[in-house]
Amino acid sequence: MTRVTLDRLTKHFAGADGASVRDLTLEFPCGELTALLGPSGCGKTTTMKMIAGLIRPCSGEVRFDGRSVLHQPPEVRGAVMVFQNGLLFPFLSVAENVGFGLRMRGTPRAEIAARVEAMLDRVRLPGIGPRRVQDLSGGQQQRVALARALVTEPRVLLLDEPLSNLDAHLRSEMRDLIRDLQRETGITTILVTHDQEEAVVLADRIALMFDGELRQFAPAAEFYARPRDRQVAEFFGGANFVPGRAAAGVFDCALGRLPLPAGAPEGTGCLTVRPENILLAEPGDAGALAVTVIDRVFLGTQTRLVVLAGDLTLVLIRPPAEAARLSPGDAAAIRLPPEAVWVLPERP
Amino acid sequence: MTAALRNLSLALLIVWLVLPLLPLAVWSVAKSWFFPDLLPSVWSLDGWAHVASPRSGVLAALWETTLIAGLVTALAILIGLPAARALGMHRFRGKAGVEMLILAPILVPGLAYALGLHSVFIGLGLTNSRAGVVIVHLIPTLPYMILVLAGVFANLSPDMEAQARSLGASPLRVFRHVTLPAIRPGLIVGATFAFLVSWSQYVLTLLIGGGRVETLPLLLFSYATSGRNDLTGAIGMIYILPGVLILLFASRHLTGQGAGLGGVRP
Repeated sequence: MTRVTLDRLTKHFAGADGASVRDLTLEFPCGELTALLGPSGCGKTTTMKMIAGLIRPCSGEVRFDGRSVLHQPPEVRGAVMVFQNGLLFPFLSVAENVGFGLRMRGTPRAEIAARVEAMLDRVRLPGIGPRRVQDLSGGQQQRVALARALVTEPRVLLLDEPLSNLDAHLRSEMRDLIRDLQRETGITTILVTHDQEEAVVLADRIALMFDGELRQFAPAAEFYARPRDRQVAEFFGGANFVPGRAAAGVFDCALGRLPLPAGAPEGTGCLTVRPENILLAEPGDAGALAVTVIDRVFLGTQTRLVVLAGDLTLVLIRPPAEAARLSPGDAAAIRLPPEAVWVLPERP
Repeated sequence: MTAALRNLSLALLIVWLVLPLLPLAVWSVAKSWFFPDLLPSVWSLDGWAHVASPRSGVLAALWETTLIAGLVTALAILIGLPAARALGMHRFRGKAGVEMLILAPILVPGLAYALGLHSVFIGLGLTNSRAGVVIVHLIPTLPYMILVLAGVFANLSPDMEAQARSLGASPLRVFRHVTLPAIRPGLIVGATFAFLVSWSQYVLTLLIGGGRVETLPLLLFSYATSGRNDLTGAIGMIYILPGVLILLFASRHLTGQGAGLGGVRP
């Protein structure tokens, strides 16, 4: 188990060779699965390659268990990267692919064969060793790539968008496999992805990056309940931003004076409440806000309502049964539970 | 219908390629063969006997040609591989110009640059020597080698080598165990081109070798103009041998390996 620390890690690219990273300080805890999340071009793959030793940072440090590894070339660093499309070697069989890392380390043949076979069993591809990689499906290739990395027992496992080339049903299968293997082996794992849902399901913690900088590093749930700013909230599907001012546990805005949960930031900013956390109320209830329904869209398992409160548009997501009685034009009432709202302070 | 058409076109192609060689083969075993006879009136193996005797210089020329073509191929790989890798995998300023320059020896007639090169090689003391011939043969062979390999490298994912390093391979072992196998089909094609282009050089060998470096095409030409049709036929048969061997080899080993060229892309 290895703790990975990035200390003011910086990389600038001259041309269009890659996304830059600025002053990234971050600690990936021992034995956990952490997601590096962000839109494409935010520098997450650059960061991963710096951890793997495939890109040399301009400045800053990468430490494994507190010791700098920058002087170590990738082949001895023990941070094995699994690339986006698996990148199996087409001129080798499945077993030779999986055994590649062990062969490079000079492991005896018999031991390689045994470990490769055991590893293929663990990724649920028993007996596939003699096959050509060209004959495998995309999902199988991805699992072989995972096996090829894990069989070397790396200090750190780096996964670059491991699910992005897979169909929806293969995706959930692969997701479960990654999670199970990570828990079993306890290898510190860093997952790069642009898909917040993937990050939430897989990762213990998420590091969200925008534009080469770390924006928020926290357990997944916090990105929903306690986003740091509007961009973070929006990236996680948040909506409903009401400008105003927070002071002494109350948010003063066009909707009135709304109570805030403990610990909410103070000062001018935006109040945010996720669409699924706004409740429908009876007109006249204590704390209820009168609104007019302007749109209703059935989403399948949920219904999306758009309502007008004064001149503010708010989006709600409610169970279809609850929302069915409301049509565009109807008057309704909503309630913002104090524990479900949060304040996004204005960025200085 | 389509099968019949395919067989017909195949037959035509074979006739087209093989028919011109038939008289050559017949000449190599003919003593006298005059118009309008369909076949020679007197058969003989004199031509082949002469070819096999050291006196004719054919065996020496065969060795010289093979040696030069082999050296040229090896050097073309050594020089062409890094160049092709840079052209195939990296973008840089002036790349189009560099590609144009590399292509130039194929576009410009050999005789045009050979005369200029001759005086340069005299200045360098490289004329009348095997080394000079090998060097000058690199000029028309390198473009083929580089173009073929650059295409292969362009299809290679740049992350493939990074993946191998990440899995624990040193740069040298990445080349040996990943890059080399990945480009193998292209390397064989490029080497084949280089060998055959060198094998068939006439003007450059004559000019730079100054007649001292006697390769098979030079010998063949002198016999062809001397009227010894049986010798010309026999030497001609030997001369086309590598082409035929390589064709057989290529059809056996290179077909269906397209998948090996670009790596696995889902």
